[in-house]
Amino acid sequence: MNLNNFLLTNDAGLKKLNMLRIYIQIIINQLLNKNIYLILIISLVFSISFWIGFNVNLLPEEASINAPIYDELFKILFIIGLIIFIGMTIAVIYSLFKFRKRNDQIGDGIALEGNLSLEIVWTIIPSIIVLLIGLYSYNIYDRMGGMKELNHNHEMMSSNTEKIWAGISQVSDNEIAINNLSIEVSAMQFAFLFNYPKGNFISGELHVPVDQKVSMKMESKDVIHAFWVPEFRIKQDIIPGQPTILNFTPTKVGKYPIICAELCGPYHGGMRASIIVEEESDYNEWFNKNKKPEVNL
Amino acid sequence: MTISIDPQKTNNESLQPKGWLRYFSFSLDHKVIGIQYLVCGFLFYLIGGTLASAIRIELASPMSDFMPRDVYNQVLTLHGTIMIFLWIVPVVNGAFGNYLIPFYVGARDMAFPRLNAVAFWLIPPSGLMLVASYFVEGAAQAGWTAYPPLSITTPQSGQIIWILSVLLLGGSSIFGGINFIATIIKLRRPGLKLMQLPMYCWAMLGTSLLVVLSTPVLAGTLILLSFDIIANTGFFNPVLGGNVVVYQHLFWFYSHPAVYIMVLPAFGLVSEILPVHARKPLFGYTTMVFSIMGIVVLGLVVWAHHMFTSGTPPWMRLFFTIATAFIAVPTGIKFFNWVATLWGGRISINSAMLFSCGFIINFVFGGITGVALAQVPFDIHVHDTYFVVAHFHYIVYGGTVFIIFSSIYHWFPKVTGKMLNEKLGILHFIVTFIGFNLCFAPQHWLGLNGMPRRVAEYDPQFQFVNQISSLGALLMAISTIPFLINIFLSVRNGKDAGDNPWNALTPEWLTSSPPPVENWEGEAPLVEEPYGYGKEFSEQK
Repeated sequence: MNLNNFLLTNDAGLKKLNMLRIYIQIIINQLLNKNIYLILIISLVFSISFWIGFNVNLLPEEASINAPIYDELFKILFIIGLIIFIGMTIAVIYSLFKFRKRNDQIGDGIALEGNLSLEIVWTIIPSIIVLLIGLYSYNIYDRMGGMKELNHNHEMMSSNTEKIWAGISQVSDNEIAINNLSIEVSAMQFAFLFNYPKGNFISGELHVPVDQKVSMKMESKDVIHAFWVPEFRIKQDIIPGQPTILNFTPTKVGKYPIICAELCGPYHGGMRASIIVEEESDYNEWFNKNKKPEVNL
Repeated sequence: MTISIDPQKTNNESLQPKGWLRYFSFSLDHKVIGIQYLVCGFLFYLIGGTLASAIRIELASPMSDFMPRDVYNQVLTLHGTIMIFLWIVPVVNGAFGNYLIPFYVGARDMAFPRLNAVAFWLIPPSGLMLVASYFVEGAAQAGWTAYPPLSITTPQSGQIIWILSVLLLGGSSIFGGINFIATIIKLRRPGLKLMQLPMYCWAMLGTSLLVVLSTPVLAGTLILLSFDIIANTGFFNPVLGGNVVVYQHLFWFYSHPAVYIMVLPAFGLVSEILPVHARKPLFGYTTMVFSIMGIVVLGLVVWAHHMFTSGTPPWMRLFFTIATAFIAVPTGIKFFNWVATLWGGRISINSAMLFSCGFIINFVFGGITGVALAQVPFDIHVHDTYFVVAHFHYIVYGGTVFIIFSSIYHWFPKVTGKMLNEKLGILHFIVTFIGFNLCFAPQHWLGLNGMPRRVAEYDPQFQFVNQISSLGALLMAISTIPFLINIFLSVRNGKDAGDNPWNALTPEWLTSSPPPVENWEGEAPLVEEPYGYGKEFSEQK
C-alpha cells in the first residue's frame, strides 16, 4: 500500500519535476535568446579592455621601487575604467541608433519611470567597485610606505623594500635616517640645490647610488615648489617654512629629470634638474671627488 | 503653505525700457536677467577662449617663444578665472536658473527681483576690472588658485584686483544662491509638491546650498590674503610665521564644491533636455533627487584631495580618498538613469540631443579619471600635471560647456520664438566634439609621461603630442563660428517656432514663446507630471 501510494505520489511528483525541468529549460533558452548578444557584447567589452590594459603602456620607464607598484594600480584602474567607458559609450550610441525616431513614427516612447531593482543594482555594484578600488589603493599606498610614521626610523630591521614616504612633519635634523643616504634639498626660484651633509658640499645635480634608500629633507627658500621624478612615480611639494620628507629607492641606473610641478613664477617651466642614478662605485668616486674636508673652528 | 506674491506688481512697468534696450537696463524681469547673464557670460567665454588659444599657440613649440613668461602666467591665470567665475558659474546658475526656476515653481518672478538684478550687475564691472588689470601692472600671475607665497610675491596690483574681482563675483554668486533657495522653497505655486518639481530645481537647490555654505569661506580667505599683500600681515606668509597649507585648505573648501556648483546645474539641465527629445519620462526621479543631495553632502568633505602632495598626513589622505571615490556612486546613478531614459525612447537626433549625449560620453571619461585621481598613490604621480588639466577639462568643458550648448539649442525657441538651424547645429556639435577630444585626450599621456601643468616650455619629446592638442584647440575655436552664425541668422530670419516646438511638458513651454512679462497671461498652470511622456499626452496627438 505504501509502495502504491509512493508510486502514485511519485508519479505526480515526477510530472511536477518534469514540468519544472521544462520551465527551467524554457527560461534558460529565453534568457540566452534574448541576451545572447548582450552576453557577447559584454564579453567583447571585457576582452578589449583587458587587451588594451595589458598591451598599451602609457607610462614612462620604471626606475624606482615605487614604480612597479604604481603601474600595477594604474593597470587595474585603466582596465576598470575602459570597461565602464566603452560600456557606457556603446549604450549611448546604441540607444541613439536603435531608438531613434523614424519618420513614420508618431507618439512617445514607453512610459517607463524607473525600475527599483535595476536602480538598486546600479547603486550597489558601483559602491562595491569603489570600495574595492579604495581598499586596493590603500594596500598599494601601504606597500609604497605611505602609512609609515614619518618621524620614525625603521633602519634597524629594514630592507630596501621598506621605506618612509612623502609627508610633512616638523622634523629635527637627527630624525633623518643615519644609515641610508640623506640629502637636504633646498628649492628656490628657479633651481634645486642638493646638500650632501656627510660630504659637506652642495650640488646642482642629484647623484644617488642604485638600489639604496635615499632620504631627503626638503625645504623651500621662497615659494612652493614640488619635487617630481616621473620615472620614480613620486612627487612631494617643497614648502617654505615647513620641511617635508621624501624617501625613495632607485632601481635603475640612468639619468632622469627632476621637475618642479608647482607654479612658482615666470620660469617655472624651466625649473628642472637631473637625478643621476649610478652604480655604487661610480657614486663613491663622484662623492669623494666633491667631498670637502670638515672645517674645524 | 506657499505664499503667492506678485513682485512685479510693485514695479512701474512703464519705466522699464522695451525691446532690446531692456537688456542693458536694471531690469527686474527674471527672463531679461537670465539673458543678460547668458550673453555676458558668452562674451567672457570668447575672451577666455582667446586666452586658451594663446596658451595652445605658446605650447605648440617646446620653447617659450610666443609671449613673455610672466605674460604667459597672467594668461593662464585669467583663462582659469574667467572661464570659472565669469562663464560657467554665472551661466549654468545665473542664466538658466533665472530664466527657468520661476517657470518651474509656477512663480511670476524670482523671490527678490532687485537682489537678482544687483547680482547680475556685479558681474560686468568685476569682469572688466579683471581683464583691465592687465594694463595696470600686469594681471595676477599666481594661477587661479593664487597660492601664497607666490601670490604675495608677484606684482601686487594685479593680485589685489584679482581678489577684489573674485570677491564681487562671489558676492554675486551668494546673492543668486539665496534667491534660488527662497524661490524654490517659498514661491512654489499652491498645490505643487517638492517631489513634482522638474529636476533642474533640485539641482539648483543643491547648488545654491553649496554656494551659500562654501563661498563665504573663499571670501574670508581672499580677504586674509589681501591683508597679507597690502598690510604685511602674516596669515599665509611663511616669512612672518604664516602657514601656506592653511590657505590651501580654506581655498579648496570652496573650490572643490565649486566643481559641483559648475556641474550640478548641468546635471539638472540635461535631465530636462533628455526626456523631451527621447519622449520618455526621466528614469528614476527619486534616486536622481537623492543622488543630487548625496553629491552636495559628499562634495563638502572631499576638498583635501587637491592637496595630496602638499604634505598631508596619511590618515587625511586616506579619508579624502574614500570620500572622493564615493562621489562616483551618486554620480554614476545619474548617468545610468540618463542612459535608461534614452533606452526605449523615440529619440529625435538633433543638436540639443547630440550635445547632451556628447556630455554623457565626455563626463563618464572625466569621471573615470576622477576616481583614479582620488586614489592617493595614483595622484602622487600625476598631481599638477597635464593629466589633471585633461581631467578637469573633460568635466567642465566636455561636461558643463557641452550642456550649456545643448541648453541653448533646447531653449532658444522659447526665448526668441525662432528655431535654430539644425544643420549648422549638428556641424557645431561634430567640430566641437572632435576638437575637444583631440585637444584634451592626448594631454592625459603628456601628464603621465612628465609634463607638468602651467609651463610655458617643455621637454622637446612632447612636441608632437602638444601639436595634436593645439590642433584640437584650433578646431574648438573654429567650432564657435557656425554657432555664432546660427544664432545671428536665426534671431533675424529663423523659422517660426510656435509656443512649444518640442511638445515638451515642463511648465515653461505652456506659455507663449517668447513668454509675456509675468510669464503667463492667466494663472500659472499646475504641472504635476513634468515628465509624463508616453501617457495621456501621446493619446492627445
